[in-house]
Amino acid sequence: MKPVLHAALAALVLPLGAASAALAGSGQVSIENAWSRASIGTSRPGAAYMEIVNEGDEPVTLTGIKTDIAMMPEIHRSSTNEQGVSSMAPAGDVSIAAGETVALEPGGLHAMLMKLQRPMKEGETFPLSLVFSDGGWVTVNVPVLGIAARGPGN
Amino acid sequence: MRRRSALGYGAAAFGAIGLTLLLGWWRVDGPGAPEPMDQRPLPLTAMDFRLTDHKGQPVGPDTLVGRPSMIFFGFTYCPDVCPTTLSDISSWLDMMGEDAERLNTIFITVDPERDTVDAMAEYVGYFHSAIRGWTGPEAQIKRAIEGLRATYEKVTGEDGRYTMNHTAKVFLFDAEGRFVSTIDYHEPREFAVPKIRRAMKVRLEGAT
Repeated sequence: MKPVLHAALAALVLPLGAASAALAGSGQVSIENAWSRASIGTSRPGAAYMEIVNEGDEPVTLTGIKTDIAMMPEIHRSSTNEQGVSSMAPAGDVSIAAGETVALEPGGLHAMLMKLQRPMKEGETFPLSLVFSDGGWVTVNVPVLGIAARGPGN
Repeated sequence: MRRRSALGYGAAAFGAIGLTLLLGWWRVDGPGAPEPMDQRPLPLTAMDFRLTDHKGQPVGPDTLVGRPSMIFFGFTYCPDVCPTTLSDISSWLDMMGEDAERLNTIFITVDPERDTVDAMAEYVGYFHSAIRGWTGPEAQIKRAIEGLRATYEKVTGEDGRYTMNHTAKVFLFDAEGRFVSTIDYHEPREFAVPKIRRAMKVRLEGAT
């Protein structure tokens, strides 16, 4: 419902915004509600979640993530099929249309933090950068919540 | 042997009654939706597997009969779906208050290679105190999986690291060990908790 509305708005706004299109890109991306769960030591992978908002007039493409807390951070996608079997795989590039929000959330897209360099401790934060296809990046400080946390609200 | 022929029959039925199954699939998210017969988990009394709980005690399906049970699969190296499932279940148990203690809540690992008894003990310790973690030889876990008509598969990456695909449903059994229903991954708790309560309402017929 919302994406349709956004797409319709984008179609209306696009001709007017063409002059400023050169400014669009990773500079127009904001990150909201970032959070992660504490890890048990460093042997298990961690996961981080957030909403990525493209406030620009052009689509942007998320190509990767970087963080000093993990040697191998990647965007992964969990999915559950009709038989109720869940699986997880690298998501590849993630494109975000103008005006759209892509959520990294439990059971879907998430920042998978493999080869942790130090434990993710509840109450701490760590920097994580989202890298986009235009070469730009956006960095966010991700708060670490408890292992059983369900989201930033609870 | 009987299980194999039942599966064969199920495969044939799958093609023949595709429309019925489609309808069944559509209904899966609704509360109280019946499971297709060929995929219906066995009663706990008809299952046979031997595992070890996170306190080191020997356990099996017979351990569960006498109280209603909630069983699900996962592995502790799973960063996303499994902690989400365990925290969802913890929140359901919180909502149920003292009734949570009248229920067996069992987390069976599909990754016994890494999930030792100690690893399970540490992991379940972070969630609701009623959740128990079971592990054991892979052959025994396979029997539990088959009894529940669930699946799991090891997926190895290029560098030798691996992840596990597995059934993410929660299986509900009544106190006599009869299968009642499943709760799908991410089902809203408005549906989940009444389903658990329904499994708990089935009375034991005759003292055991």
